[in-house]
Amino acid sequence: MPDLTKTAEETPAQAPVAAAAKPEKARSLGSDAWHDLRRKPIFVISALLILLLIVIAVAPGLFTSVDPRAGDLREHFHTPPNYSHFFEGDWFGYDGQGRSIYARVIYGARASVVVGICVTVGTTILGGIFGMLAGYFGGWIDTIISRVTDIFFGIPLLLGSLVILNAFTSRTIWSVVFALITLGWTQMTRVMRGSVITVKQADFVTAAKALGAGTGRIMFKHILPNAIAPVIVVATISLGGYIALEATLSFLGIGLQDPTISWGIDINSAQKLIRTAPFALFFPAGMLSITVLAFIMLGDAVRDALDPKLR
Amino acid sequence: MTTVIENDSQKSGRLEVGTPLLEVKDLHVEFHTRDGVAKAVNGVNYSVAAGETLAVLGESGSGKSVTAQTIMGILDMPPGKVTQGEILYRGQDMLKMSNEERRKIRGRKIAMIFQDALSALNPVLSVGYQLGEMFRVHQGVSKAEAKAKAIELMDRVRIPAAKERVNDYPHQFSGGMRQRIMIAMALSLQPDLIIADEPTTALDVTVQAQVMDLLAELQAEYNMGLILITHDLGVVADVADKIAVMYAGRIVETAPVHELYANPAHPYTKGLLRSIPRLDQKGQELYAIKGLPPNLLKVPAGCAFNPRCDVATDLCRTEIPALHHVTDKDGKELTGRRSACHLWKETLHG
Repeated sequence: MPDLTKTAEETPAQAPVAAAAKPEKARSLGSDAWHDLRRKPIFVISALLILLLIVIAVAPGLFTSVDPRAGDLREHFHTPPNYSHFFEGDWFGYDGQGRSIYARVIYGARASVVVGICVTVGTTILGGIFGMLAGYFGGWIDTIISRVTDIFFGIPLLLGSLVILNAFTSRTIWSVVFALITLGWTQMTRVMRGSVITVKQADFVTAAKALGAGTGRIMFKHILPNAIAPVIVVATISLGGYIALEATLSFLGIGLQDPTISWGIDINSAQKLIRTAPFALFFPAGMLSITVLAFIMLGDAVRDALDPKLR
Repeated sequence: MTTVIENDSQKSGRLEVGTPLLEVKDLHVEFHTRDGVAKAVNGVNYSVAAGETLAVLGESGSGKSVTAQTIMGILDMPPGKVTQGEILYRGQDMLKMSNEERRKIRGRKIAMIFQDALSALNPVLSVGYQLGEMFRVHQGVSKAEAKAKAIELMDRVRIPAAKERVNDYPHQFSGGMRQRIMIAMALSLQPDLIIADEPTTALDVTVQAQVMDLLAELQAEYNMGLILITHDLGVVADVADKIAVMYAGRIVETAPVHELYANPAHPYTKGLLRSIPRLDQKGQELYAIKGLPPNLLKVPAGCAFNPRCDVATDLCRTEIPALHHVTDKDGKELTGRRSACHLWKETLHG
């Protein structure tokens, strides 16, 4: 523990001077990370994009007044975009059924964002609890949780979701969320378990024990805040992955079903006419890429801020 | 049972000086490792009274910290295992208590100060929160009240500008201040006994003295028992009342502090004292005990110190010496002095 500032600060006469010379507020890990993040262009860009996406998902009516499900037969068979009309129904053109692609891209954000956020929150909570229990208690609890994790980890996410979703007669956003959480919690469990095991051995955990703290307090006040950083990073990065996975499932026709609007479904129906109407594929696919990229960039920025070792 | 303890300490405040507060009796601790069983503690006996300071002295691996961890109940089990013995706190065997009962004693009755304060403080919680936590866990006081008490404690251990610094994080303090915060945490509930596990090892020498003085002063003020675990003979000389020297999991000598320094009754203690650099031996080669501490997986037969001992005989290689009373030249028993050496007479008087 090299501490070069020690001697300078040690003498009581000098210490108040040192304290006074440092008007800066005490910073926790969280505020420290926030301080770093605000200065990172990657974080600012991705955060603004995500904010925009969330606003679109919550209130698509703000961005278009066109009904995304209304097919106008005059416009059927892929009318190309009319770029002179900003934010109008024909801005991105019309799809094969005469529906505004712009409206569909806007309304499609909701499914993606809801699935992405819900699956991430669900897997983080589930994986966080299992990982904490396995890491903290060890022994047979760890053995059972880890082996079950291994079993689920062996199931390919896409294949497994196909099987689970096939069991639903009508599939909604929630059935997709359910399928992805069921198969996706394993990674979080592993990250959390490893993190908890590392933190558990720290002296301050022993110290808390020696000063009479109970199991619950040690777990939630002492271990959790020190173990959560890698979990947050993995969660942010995997959020983009879950959005892509939802689109993949919908593309394959096993995810969301038609009355629900999803970029995956639109990509699927546009792919057949890629030569004659590439714009019908381009816009939903482009939005999907931007969304996934935004979350991955956010995850990267958060990782840099929370994990000083990677700097 | 806990109520008995509480009433006791509330009514009389503290026990009278001289009544044993904590007694360790014939404690055996083993570690089961892949390579075999390491016997870390082999029949340790010691006691501490209120207001008394016991220094436990020994090299790394002598079992001094393991004994302390067993008393605190923070030994990792497994691999650790207490195979035999009793730890009596005010006459009650802590090893037989439930986890909940022991937890109530930890922090409130027996507190511990750790070696490295930086790692013993939680990096993501403010110092004020961690100090206040003691009151919130054990006394259920409100957040604001806990904070006020934290500031009071920081003042008590002489941290300058406590009010401004209460929300600072451990890394913002210097090493000496962090150790004082650890002391404040240990003292917060005015325990009967403090176990300090090498409290000054991580500090530089000038700060060591300040921290030890503070600890000794507070101990006297609250009339607490103090177990000071250290490998530094210099640290204990001024503050300890009695010393227990440990080697390979056994106590090899106990004595009142000044008698031990003046006249050791065990070759190991003698060797330790000889290896302190002294001003009057300037220019001469510094003495060192030859060899290395034994591997706890295969402790030598007989006295564990015999391979390193200058005076070892055949008896030392076969029979483990018991810790017996020693007498002065006229055969009068010396109070508080014991030695686990077959040749204590020669060592003490020769």
